[in-house]
Amino acid sequence: MKDSRLIEIKGLIKRFPMGAGEFTALNSIDITFKRGEFAGVVGPSGSGKTTLLNIIGSLDTPSEGEVVVLGNSVGDLNHREAARLRLKHIGFIFQTYNLLPVYNVFENVEFPLLLLKMDASRRRKAVLDAIEWVGLTDKIKSRPAQLSGGECQRVAIARAMVKKPEIVLADEPTANLDAENSHHILQTMERLNQELKTTFIFATHDEKVIRYLKRKISLIDGKVVKDESMGKK
Amino acid sequence: MVAVKLAVRNLIGAGLRTWLNVIVLSFSYVVIIWYSGLLEGWNRQARRDIIDWEIGGGQYWNQRYDPYDPFTIRESHGKIPEQLRDSIERGELTPILISQATIYPEGRIKSVVLKGIDPSQEILKIPSKKLDVEIEEIPAMIGTRMAKNNRLNIGDYVTVRWRDVSGVFDAQEMKIVAIFKTSVQTVDNGQIWIPLDRLYEMMQVSDEATILVTGRNKNFTDNVPGWSFKNHDFLLSEVDQIIKTKSFGGSIFYIILLLLAMLAIFDTQVLSIFRRQREIGTDIAMGMTRGQVIRLFTVEGAMHGVLAALFAAVYGIPLLSLQATHGFSMPASTDNYGLAIAERIFPVYSFGLVAGTVLIVMTTVTIVSYLPTRKIAKMNPTDSIRGRIQ
Repeated sequence: MKDSRLIEIKGLIKRFPMGAGEFTALNSIDITFKRGEFAGVVGPSGSGKTTLLNIIGSLDTPSEGEVVVLGNSVGDLNHREAARLRLKHIGFIFQTYNLLPVYNVFENVEFPLLLLKMDASRRRKAVLDAIEWVGLTDKIKSRPAQLSGGECQRVAIARAMVKKPEIVLADEPTANLDAENSHHILQTMERLNQELKTTFIFATHDEKVIRYLKRKISLIDGKVVKDESMGKK
Repeated sequence: MVAVKLAVRNLIGAGLRTWLNVIVLSFSYVVIIWYSGLLEGWNRQARRDIIDWEIGGGQYWNQRYDPYDPFTIRESHGKIPEQLRDSIERGELTPILISQATIYPEGRIKSVVLKGIDPSQEILKIPSKKLDVEIEEIPAMIGTRMAKNNRLNIGDYVTVRWRDVSGVFDAQEMKIVAIFKTSVQTVDNGQIWIPLDRLYEMMQVSDEATILVTGRNKNFTDNVPGWSFKNHDFLLSEVDQIIKTKSFGGSIFYIILLLLAMLAIFDTQVLSIFRRQREIGTDIAMGMTRGQVIRLFTVEGAMHGVLAALFAAVYGIPLLSLQATHGFSMPASTDNYGLAIAERIFPVYSFGLVAGTVLIVMTTVTIVSYLPTRKIAKMNPTDSIRGRIQ
């Protein structure tokens, strides 16, 4: 039987050097995420949300404790193994979209599949499907500079989802969007979560996002102060 | 292949920035190839002219002959060897007798070298047939430089004084019957060509020569007693040395051009890595390793070299072909450069030159593209994603 525990965090501490001393960004974090969750790490700025997402995404490593993602201990992975984990299993959505400015919508969404060396015909179909999920079929040739903020974020979602990863990490995905676009984006992600059973983990302090979450983990000063299941919005 | 595909996309996407680099780099390709082709064309023309006008297929030197010792020239001649007479009859060999003399143009004294040549010879390009005239004075032929330096024209008379083999001075009027134009200064400056028979009379010798010039593609060997055979390697060694020096000077120009092009690429790469930190972070988040990102940026830089080669081919091939056909007009002041320079130089672009230049530029561009990318390895991806300057 498949283990439903996708991510296990035990005794996670993350410290950063600051001047002569150190700053503790995360302190004794213990969390487990299961497959298909639609969870959010919620807290004010500087509470450690992004740091936690970066470690789960193997972009950073724990100072102490253990973070196991899909059976891989993040602290023990070398650069190559960490890159492989991200490439195959993790999608990222950033606050500032981070689309490649010289690529059009199709090319931006296609990018992770090129890295996966998927053959051209399968790649094309997957990209067109992903663009259709987010409703941007008519903007396929547009470059990021020609899109609105909401459209850019939808491209970023398509890019994160195109390889059908087990985990999508979304760091403040609605911070630069208006209410209407935020809801549109969140509805898209909620639908993908339900259809593809992808685990979504958000880092946010946006009430609009929090209303969509099924699980809310509150983080203050690097510590988990509350971990609760949410009712329907 | 992924790196190449992404690099092509990035370059096309970068638009004007890419094309500016490509244009600068393509200019370097074309100028380097043009300049090297010009030098090669010049070198070949110089060697060809020297062979045609002065050394033929090789020379037999009288064993006492030393062109760098003017004091021995009077003694450095000897009887034409019997074993070479048939070759002379067949026109495969032509004797030249060399003597020192003094001329008095417009009342001035000038030391000259008198060279007796058979007017019927066809081995050297010197238009010796023009000496085949029946006049009382000594018929003389000079080059344009000699004519200009001494203000001599066709039909002018000039007094010449010489010493015969017994050391007796004699003098006579000489008439300029022809002036020839050549790029080879060593048959022109300070030289007067007269019929061999007249020089025999003047020197009180017969059937003698200082050097014997052989025809091209004839087999002559070094087994003639009293004479030593000088082949092209020996006779052209000075020219080769000058060419070598000239090529060294040319390579400095080559390096400067290359450095300018490299500077443009290096600058672009540094700026690119600085400006595209967020993109680098995103690439890593998407699953690229640092090595792959470094490879991508290096390939991008190197692709400038490929695009530049293609762009250079578009305008360079017609331009350089035109030059190779019509030649490059050399300024008059280069006449005294020290090496035979024709009025027009026809550049020679060999496959080796083009392939070598492309290879050198491509290799250098790749190295220069790689160097700044090493900074990527030290970047923190979490800071890069947020666009924090590192």
